[in-house]
Amino acid sequence: MKASSRARIRRTPKAPTGIVGFDEITGGGLPRGRTTLLVGGPGAGKTLFALKFLVHGAADCGEPGIFVACEEVSRHVIANAQAFDWSLGELQRRKLFFLDARPSLDLVQSGAFDLGGLLAALQAKAAKMGARRIVFDALDVVLALLPDEAARKRELYRVHEWLTARGFTGVITAKAGCEEDQCVGEPPYVFMEFMLNCTVKLDHRMVRGVSQRSLTVKKYLGSAFEENEAPFLIGPRGLEVAVNSAPAEPPVSSERVSCGVARLDTMLGGGYYRGAFVLVTGSPGTAKTTLGGAFALAALRRGERTMIVSLDSSGSELLRNLSSVAIDLERHHRSGRLLMSSTRTVTGNAETHLMRIKSLALAHRARCIVVDPVSTLAAAGNERVSQGVLERLTGWSKSLGITLVCTSLQRESEEISDIGALHAASLADTWVHLNHLVQDGERKRGIAIIKSRGTAHSNRVCELMLRDTGVTVAE
Amino acid sequence: MKPGARFAFRLYVAGSAPNSTEAISNLGELCRQHLPNRHHIEIIDVFREPTRALEDGILMTPTLVRLRPLPEVRIVGGLTDIAAVLSAIGLGARHT
Repeated sequence: MKASSRARIRRTPKAPTGIVGFDEITGGGLPRGRTTLLVGGPGAGKTLFALKFLVHGAADCGEPGIFVACEEVSRHVIANAQAFDWSLGELQRRKLFFLDARPSLDLVQSGAFDLGGLLAALQAKAAKMGARRIVFDALDVVLALLPDEAARKRELYRVHEWLTARGFTGVITAKAGCEEDQCVGEPPYVFMEFMLNCTVKLDHRMVRGVSQRSLTVKKYLGSAFEENEAPFLIGPRGLEVAVNSAPAEPPVSSERVSCGVARLDTMLGGGYYRGAFVLVTGSPGTAKTTLGGAFALAALRRGERTMIVSLDSSGSELLRNLSSVAIDLERHHRSGRLLMSSTRTVTGNAETHLMRIKSLALAHRARCIVVDPVSTLAAAGNERVSQGVLERLTGWSKSLGITLVCTSLQRESEEISDIGALHAASLADTWVHLNHLVQDGERKRGIAIIKSRGTAHSNRVCELMLRDTGVTVAE
Repeated sequence: MKPGARFAFRLYVAGSAPNSTEAISNLGELCRQHLPNRHHIEIIDVFREPTRALEDGILMTPTLVRLRPLPEVRIVGGLTDIAAVLSAIGLGARHT
């Protein structure tokens, strides 16, 4: 008890996990020299999290580690991890050791036993390789062999004491049998949660057919932490936790960039701000995509590398359609300055789209990005996460000074107060709304600037005209 | 199994933990009663020889391994349930 109260006064030292986003929400990683419980259902990503923690320690922190595989055979764990660029083979020679501790199926029991053998073996190995991090993956499987709750508690206590006394940074993973609210009686891991210093819960559920993963830090003795659920993905580098990083104020530019339509630039008092998030809303057929295309062309003519992300049509269709209104992007596409990325799927996880957009834009070194239409991200199954995704997309583009134009589909019937589930309007620096007007028995397109922060903009509703010679706004 | 076959056991214990001490005495008693003059017992303390535990895959202590006759049989625990142990090592009521 003394030790723990002292630790609360000092700042708890951390052991970084190398998991993108996780180290940020915990202020540096897992508690060093202490033990963390990682709980979650099957397929929640516990093993991957734990393994990445070891790999990062061994490869980047000079802290070799031991993985105690209590459920899966270690060679399966290793094989599954080959999908990620972790250089496991190289690490395994000296800095990473896998110990198979899967209880044999035909084990006969007679009388009391404990985990003394396992800990003695680990001790020998840890001393030999200088291990600092130890993972017990699926320790619940081993604990389940014990006859009663008291014995399970005793053995967990033994493992915990053993880890703590030697200053190892430990991770124990265990299955969460069921959601707490549906559980009859106490979920099996609850006593572990009380005993250990830190608890991280991983969750994986299908929301209307879309896979959604999230992570919650439930407990972290001696440290502040982000208490809210954070979405995460399993990407090429392993787990990536989505965080709303709002650290240093992003650079604010007073530079203006053309929106691609001369009259609209004038209405905006000189164009969009560089690095702004511009939202273009409207019902189908109001030329949202055209406005996005016009912006892209203007950027490309300035010589800026640009990316168009189409979430509802193929790249070639988009290029063809835009060329019909004299927005000729083909040349720039061929030269490689324009990157077209399209997925015609409205399904899939919004976080995955975001990750793909970010990594493509970084690889392309894009200065301007058009996402058409961003409302796709709020499609079925993503309602709960889409707003966070958009916040992260805009926060990210701002931090890099990328000018971002997003179109968003809005039904005629919807109020112009906000845009569906995305609440994009409140995030937007500039919001341009397009609609259909009927005038003299003719259907016309109206354009209005609903807001544009920091600019003296026009309040008029004007007519947007699409001609084969180009896009203009009528006086 | 041949009647009168010789038995070789290896018992992994963790120092003087109560369940380990119990296993040593229970195994000794069992051998005296059921396998007089035809058994051999090797005791390994995993605290003294931790690498043996690692190499032999011993997770729980105490663990009794019947080495001979083959195949190997493993029993964990203090060997308090003599009937269960006898049955596991091939000396149960059925076998005699």
